[in-house]
Amino acid sequence: MSGVNLNKVVKTYGDLEIIHGIDLEVHDGEFLVLVGPSGCGKSTLLRMIAGLEEITDGTISIGDRIVNDVPAAQRNLSMVFQSYALYPHMTVRKNLAFGLGNLKMPKAEIAKRVAEVAKILQIEELLERKPRQLSGGQKQRVAIGRSIVREPELFLFDEPLSNLDAELRVQMRVELAGLYQRLGTTMIYVTHDQIEAMTLATRIVVLQAGIIEQVGTPFDLYNFPQNKFVATFIGSPKMNMIEGTANKSGLLLPDFGQISLPKNAPKSGNIHFGIRPEQFTIGKGGDATSTGKITLIEYLGSELFLYITLPSGHVVLVQASSQTQYKTGEELTLSLTAKNAHYFGEDNLRIPLYDEKK
Amino acid sequence: MKKFFAKNGPGYFFLIPWFIGFFCLALGPILYSLYLSFTKYNIFKPPKWIGLENYEFMFLYDDRFWKSLEVTFSYVFMSVPGKLIFALAVAMLLDKGMRAIGFYRALFYLPSILGGSIAVAILWKQLFEYNGVINSLLAKIGIEGPYWLNDPNYSLYTLVMLGMWQFGSPMLIFIAGLRAIPRELYEAAEIDAASKWKQFYAITVPLLAPVIFFNLVLQMIDAFKTFSSAFIISGGAGAPLDSLNFITVYLYNEAFAFYRMGYASSLAWILMLIIAVFTGVAFFSSRYWVHYENERD
Repeated sequence: MSGVNLNKVVKTYGDLEIIHGIDLEVHDGEFLVLVGPSGCGKSTLLRMIAGLEEITDGTISIGDRIVNDVPAAQRNLSMVFQSYALYPHMTVRKNLAFGLGNLKMPKAEIAKRVAEVAKILQIEELLERKPRQLSGGQKQRVAIGRSIVREPELFLFDEPLSNLDAELRVQMRVELAGLYQRLGTTMIYVTHDQIEAMTLATRIVVLQAGIIEQVGTPFDLYNFPQNKFVATFIGSPKMNMIEGTANKSGLLLPDFGQISLPKNAPKSGNIHFGIRPEQFTIGKGGDATSTGKITLIEYLGSELFLYITLPSGHVVLVQASSQTQYKTGEELTLSLTAKNAHYFGEDNLRIPLYDEKK
Repeated sequence: MKKFFAKNGPGYFFLIPWFIGFFCLALGPILYSLYLSFTKYNIFKPPKWIGLENYEFMFLYDDRFWKSLEVTFSYVFMSVPGKLIFALAVAMLLDKGMRAIGFYRALFYLPSILGGSIAVAILWKQLFEYNGVINSLLAKIGIEGPYWLNDPNYSLYTLVMLGMWQFGSPMLIFIAGLRAIPRELYEAAEIDAASKWKQFYAITVPLLAPVIFFNLVLQMIDAFKTFSSAFIISGGAGAPLDSLNFITVYLYNEAFAFYRMGYASSLAWILMLIIAVFTGVAFFSSRYWVHYENERD
């Protein structure tokens, strides 16, 4: 079957190395999402798997076969592009049939497969139209149709939803998840949108500047980020970072003062103390408290975010109940609990103080 | 009407210099030549109205006219497709993104700048003369070259080659057209297992069709009007044996060698009609093979 294995994969353009020896195993049948900021190399990596970019060093195998020198057409995969890449002069039907025709499939079989796919994606009434007569969402459906009609071993998606408006993006996301459940084929999906990554993936790969920062399930990435980058990249809104100093009895934080930490905590040096907006408590309690002034309120209906300026001038983002009324300028007491937070050392790596207990 | 000008006004504004030139300078002579084509006129005496006699003579009795059409059509049908195919091939090579592409583009475009000039026609004549460069090169590999310019069997081909050599301007337009085709379409086609050849005829050609059509019409009109190269290489007379007697060369000689202005005018109008008909046919056929990305239906 069709897992994908990347072994020390390197990509350079001229003197510029942009992928720095990546090792990655994509399990058969999983939905793997590559996520990272723009320029992190995620699309390049996908295009190397697709066979659209040459591999400078290392090996890529699909199933048991090393595909470094296998042309894209023979890798038995399909790809959905951000720009849809539909052939503009062909009808939807011809767009869907194009790849099958190239494989010299009998006409009756092509017609049958096109009809099936059109039914699955509800684009039957669009078959005789040209791409320019379709809306963005319809184009995306056709693009997905073109990739599933070939029944490949591996699906690749390069930011397929980023040209759609917000509402349609959510709808297509649900449809993609449904499609994955239905087909169960290995999928590799590139996005810079971490909500897409969290909702679709069985596992997420966080990339930055051509290296893998962390691979894990959405739950692992959110709850056990292995470094400061992943901690602040995954989760929306972002995790708050407070710079503290370790000492014999725990950690000294600005505004909140001293908190005590387990025995295995470092006794000196700087520690990045990370706490998610929903992990603050409004009011007294917890292990440490501070007061601050509300400088901005973001009301989202089901939830509410407060930007609170602490006495040191540091601003933290706090999630609060949307049923309570707050006013800008209002003074508020905030408290936090040590075991709910994340700790990163001076090397930005996670210090696993409470992980076993979580 | 108001809407029409609101939309098209700026376009017409920029066309004003052309309109001035056309209405003040060109339109008068054009209409006058239409009048002259129904007269007998030798410059020295005033034109004499003879009705359709010029056209009657042309179609019924003038064998040289028919021969000139044969020469002109042969030239158009050989040089235009040849030039377009050559231009497209070179454009596709240059579009591969090689180093020093600007240099090559300029190099390949050079003949088009020079090509229209008299000097290049003279150069071409010297290259293809019996004792010219081409034949001495052929002699080195043991081939005895023919009389390229003096043998009616070869003379037209020599001129077709000169025409094809000036592929620079359609090439530039093709390069621009090729650049406009999104790269992802080729990538999608590659994943869709389309061979390079299939990519060419199933993607490049249909998406380039508007540009191919534009180049076809322009080059066709240009080829029908070929004059200076034919005039120089044929020694001004359409020689040998009228094999280079293009309709343009023929009408030039009728007008300025024999002072048969009336007859020359009627020849010019027939050429005009031929160009109009061919352009019309091209436009009509384009409905079936030219796909425009932005058209609405």
